[in-house]
Amino acid sequence: MSTILQVRQIRKAFEHNPVLRDVSLELDEGQVLVVVGPSGCGKSTLLRCINGLEQIDGGEILLRGEVISGRRKNLHLVRQKIGMVFQSYDLFPHMRVMDNLMLGPVKALGKPKEQAREEALRMLARVGLADKAGVYPRTLSGGQRQRVALVRAMLMQPEILLLDEITAALDPEMVSEVLNVVLDLARDGMTMVIVTHEMRFAEAVADQVVFLEDGCVVERNPPEIFFHRPETDRAKHFLQSFDYAPRKRAAPPDTNTGEIQCAP
Amino acid sequence: MQDSGISILFKGVNFQRLMSGLWVTLRIALITIGLSVVLGLAFGLLMLSRRKALRAVCRAWLEIVRFMPQLVLLYLVYFGFARLFGWDLDGETSAVIVFTFWGTAEMGDLVRGAVSSIPLHQRESAAALGLTPLQAYRHVLIPQTVRRLLPQAINLSTRIIKTTALVKMINVTEVLKVGQQIIGQFYRLREAPFWVYLTIFILYFLICWPISALAGRLEKRWA
Repeated sequence: MSTILQVRQIRKAFEHNPVLRDVSLELDEGQVLVVVGPSGCGKSTLLRCINGLEQIDGGEILLRGEVISGRRKNLHLVRQKIGMVFQSYDLFPHMRVMDNLMLGPVKALGKPKEQAREEALRMLARVGLADKAGVYPRTLSGGQRQRVALVRAMLMQPEILLLDEITAALDPEMVSEVLNVVLDLARDGMTMVIVTHEMRFAEAVADQVVFLEDGCVVERNPPEIFFHRPETDRAKHFLQSFDYAPRKRAAPPDTNTGEIQCAP
Repeated sequence: MQDSGISILFKGVNFQRLMSGLWVTLRIALITIGLSVVLGLAFGLLMLSRRKALRAVCRAWLEIVRFMPQLVLLYLVYFGFARLFGWDLDGETSAVIVFTFWGTAEMGDLVRGAVSSIPLHQRESAAALGLTPLQAYRHVLIPQTVRRLLPQAINLSTRIIKTTALVKMINVTEVLKVGQQIIGQFYRLREAPFWVYLTIFILYFLICWPISALAGRLEKRWA
């Protein structure tokens, strides 16, 4: 298995507020990395740095061994290889579903229209939305929109897919229809970095879990360990706040009030 | 035959006169609209500038234009400036200058509003999809801006058309002025003003209503 993504000690600050401090990650082809952590811990920023929506202040990001951070020219070529789906419904409201899906493959990749249409239809059918090709996004439910957004990202045949809390804005009953699509993609061997607050889903989908707090990687473990025998107290606290970790004994109160240190 | 009612409009060349008056109205409106659209696009982009001072100047222009009655501006240009600087400015040109001054500011504000109403994540989604900035503008941002802008720009056009009625006050023989001349011709006839003004009312309605209906339809379709 070959390494596809390397994040090496990246740093990012917004107006002197550090958001990412020396974050490093590695991801092999076909693996799913789930990033969890409290709000404002830098999860979304991490994803946005990977596909160049934010410029990093230090460190470097490599895709298949090639440095992709720090460049400003031809960023679109990098982004064609890195799909991203956001929390907000980001379909283009002035285009029908099919036009949303064909825009990238036809305009960015230069695919013939007929081929792009066929692939889009096949992919739509796979997520159960074959009958929605001709409608405008505003007529779809939130869950349907996110499924279309996933299809749109997948049709670019990215090497890696970044999912930024894609169910956070959904009504609860729609969450599973979206997450099932993601599980399906994972089974198919899609390489993904997923930011989510859905712990059960995270456990089911992840090959690796990274726990991020205050811009630092606090713990990194396979899901069996992270969700059941977390090594750090901070991860335990975090999981308890989700009512998720096994509660054998009451956790000691968090006495760490000083500056948070990154895990060794 | 006794002159009566609506027949006075068809006496002699009266109807042709009314129509040529209407043409003057439309000519002023069309030139104004054309200039306002072009200059308004530029003005709108200035209003979106990152420079605070520039934005403040634009804002001031817009506010001044909105406070100022159009008629006062017309008088200022046609009587004030023309005499002060000895310009040979006819009424129609003065009207186009004043209305463009106003239309540009209003149009600019519409452009500013439409552009800033496109959410940031539309731009980011387009980028994340791997489109170049140019492709993002061409396929994602500009089409959405136009859809928001067009209905409002069309409504502004009808406002400009209506406002041209004021140019009668600076001696331009447009449709209203012609109407008054026709009334003067039949000053003994009690019902003359009614029929003349009703006709002008209908003419304005026939021009503005389809335009306004079009704006409404576009707005609905693109909502």
